[in-house]
Amino acid sequence: MTATATSNPIVLSLRNLRKAFGAVTVLQDIDLEIRAGEVLALLGENGAGKSTLVKILAGFESVTAGELLLHAVAAEGNVRVDAHWQQARAEAEGVILIHQELNLVEQLTVAENIFLGHELTRGPFLDKFTMRRLTREYLAALECDIDPDTPMHTLAVSAKQMVEIAKTQSKQARVLILDEPTAVLTQKESQVLFALIERLRQQGVAIVYISHKLDEIAQIADRITILRDGTLVGHYAAQDLSQDDMARLMVGRELSDLFPPRSSTPDYQQCALRVTRLLVAGTNTPVSFELQRGEILGFAGLVGSGRTALLETVVGLRAAARANTGTLEVADKPVVLRDLATARRHNIAYLTKDRKGSGLLLDKGLVMNFSLFALSNYAGLLIHKKQEEVALAAVVDAFDIRIKDANVLAGNLSGGNQQKLLLAKMLAAKPSVLIFDEPTRGIDIGTKGQIYQFINQLAASGHSIILISSDITEIIGLSDRVAVMYHGDLTGILKDDEIEEHEIMRYATGLKSRQQIPVPIQRAIG
Amino acid sequence: MPTIDLKTAGPFVALLLIFGIGILVSDAFLSAGNLTNILARSSFIGIVAIGATFVITAGGIDLSVGSLAAFISGCMILLMNSLVDTIDSPIAIVLLAMLASVGIGAVAGLVNGLLTTRAKIEAFIVTLGTMGIYRSLVTYMADGGTLSLNFGIGDVYSAVYYNTLFGLPYPVWVFLAVAVIAYVLLNMTVFGRHCFAVGSNENVARYSAINVDRVKTATYILQGVCVAIATIIYVPRLGSASGQTGILWELEAIAAVIIGGTVLKGGYGRIWGAVVGALMLTLIGNILNLTDSVSNYLNGAVQGIIVIVAVYLQRGSWRKH
Repeated sequence: MTATATSNPIVLSLRNLRKAFGAVTVLQDIDLEIRAGEVLALLGENGAGKSTLVKILAGFESVTAGELLLHAVAAEGNVRVDAHWQQARAEAEGVILIHQELNLVEQLTVAENIFLGHELTRGPFLDKFTMRRLTREYLAALECDIDPDTPMHTLAVSAKQMVEIAKTQSKQARVLILDEPTAVLTQKESQVLFALIERLRQQGVAIVYISHKLDEIAQIADRITILRDGTLVGHYAAQDLSQDDMARLMVGRELSDLFPPRSSTPDYQQCALRVTRLLVAGTNTPVSFELQRGEILGFAGLVGSGRTALLETVVGLRAAARANTGTLEVADKPVVLRDLATARRHNIAYLTKDRKGSGLLLDKGLVMNFSLFALSNYAGLLIHKKQEEVALAAVVDAFDIRIKDANVLAGNLSGGNQQKLLLAKMLAAKPSVLIFDEPTRGIDIGTKGQIYQFINQLAASGHSIILISSDITEIIGLSDRVAVMYHGDLTGILKDDEIEEHEIMRYATGLKSRQQIPVPIQRAIG
Repeated sequence: MPTIDLKTAGPFVALLLIFGIGILVSDAFLSAGNLTNILARSSFIGIVAIGATFVITAGGIDLSVGSLAAFISGCMILLMNSLVDTIDSPIAIVLLAMLASVGIGAVAGLVNGLLTTRAKIEAFIVTLGTMGIYRSLVTYMADGGTLSLNFGIGDVYSAVYYNTLFGLPYPVWVFLAVAVIAYVLLNMTVFGRHCFAVGSNENVARYSAINVDRVKTATYILQGVCVAIATIIYVPRLGSASGQTGILWELEAIAAVIIGGTVLKGGYGRIWGAVVGALMLTLIGNILNLTDSVSNYLNGAVQGIIVIVAVYLQRGSWRKH
């Protein structure tokens, strides 16, 4: 917005930062200056290292190498703080991060959450009256009408986000970091948030803003820093970059480099999975789609658009809505998938996106993890441990799982190796329909490429694949057709030339919906 | 594995150590009578602890075992006494009572299991509740006093506790058989693997197509059956049951399980550990009985110290597996 902002005093800076988790380097050679009274946007693809970077700034993650400098209010006296920069210290210095995953105590009220950790007291007692009054004021500044005594768990996600933002006002923020704050907000709520950001900026607060919505960045950012695969692409003045430039710099490579050419085409005569008018719990619109043999059907949509809920309902991990009358056919035979074990019997496997929470037993070794989903394949009355080990050895080889010794625990593997192990675990059941939920989330670019290869090979060998991904380049690079969801509703299934980022986004944001406007959509908008 | 994992061997080493102390402390310790006595006595807690190993490995807890043992004892005695006039063969009566015992144990386990999995009440609360219920029921059945087994049947039934096979009392053989079966079940079958998975991370188990509720319920049923088996060999020892029967068994069983290296929060369990733990607890009591240097009244204190020290020494050791 204002070009003068770049001369503002620096609050926090990074020099030559490197961050590694175990053997995997996730950030390298990062230099960054955060200045008072300006909005710095951090841009990058999923996995580029943005979230890790802001966690370092806010003291949630330690620095592996390099310098983190805290600049004094007076221009002199910069302190190197990287060695002992912990979250409490960061917060005391006014560096506050609002996480992507909200950080609120569900059982407490709004006011209790806002003052959590720095409650106001009057003598030995809590000063509830003042805390309530201040809470009301903070929320009023956000044009947000929530009663301070409302229990947190009764609020909608967007309201929770507003509370999280209101929380920052109870602290003296010098640097406010927002990690995708508008992902769960409506357009109107977003505009209110931007007004608040502008107000804070004028008060001299430094704002670090992460978002995938390029139009937002164009609207509010003063400077833009772009990351790619854990390295710095560059720092830019916002007015120098068009939205196209941003996208180009973020991706930085041709898609064909990463995505191998498809060696097969789907067989549109054979339906592997047909979902007809399935009503997912908590939604009002029934969903129908078909998956063909040998097809990769992408599922695109914003976070929270209901893709996981839909597919988990399909495989029986979640109960459908009470009013559900939908039907399911596997290879043209009607089935009822009561639970995942039934789905497995019908040769369907589901790869969870929550690798650590739902995918692997982190405190167990490779063998136990590998065979868990298809244990009966390795057991009669007793488990054939030799068979298990032989199968695992083959899989370690085939999937290029890199391990130092065979007794390593799953929790000590790198994210990429964990993901490969998880993949091997579901394939052990020899499924013909595979549902991948965010198969490359949080793994390095090299492993991503390998996983894309696996997925292609699986499709080529006649497996039918559903690919849920928030990484739009992945969806475009791999899918034969793309189903797009918005607010629990399947807004369209795109194919051929329609599979293009902007078109997908139109369906993902609800601008377009095939169900309402059946035919000439392309001309109507673009 | 050629290398010996000290932490895995820990409970065995400790058992040997306590055994050595026993030899030093008293001449009577090594007598055949005393040793078989130790084995026979540890079989009650040992069998219950084997059941508890399944429950705890799968991430649960069962506090109702002591009360359940008392309740089953009471039921068995009442049943046998009532059958004296209708059935001639005392052996048939005893066998019927044994069958009933296993039935009651299984149903009690099923109830604990369904309340934790279907009604979604914490296992601690459920079994705290059933613990009170069974304890109170047996007191009520005995009208506050003691239920005594009919003498004629008691004479026949006492063979189960006092007779020996190859020099070892029957309870020791039962203990060994239960341990071997349980070891195979926990370490070599799909069910056992599922117990580990459920206790380690329920979500992962669910996403691995494991019926978590069924596995958990099965562990409680197994626990109930183990309690029933322990009770079957316990009743002929005294031939009576009262509100005081099986008191604190739940704590001794849990202590034995933990001493043996099973992780209280679930995900890792060891049958032989529980066996060793039960032997250790009985040994301590036995040694204190044989010596004058420490009062027998301090039995509980010594056991308590052993449990705490054992867990301290094993802290983090389960990560290795």
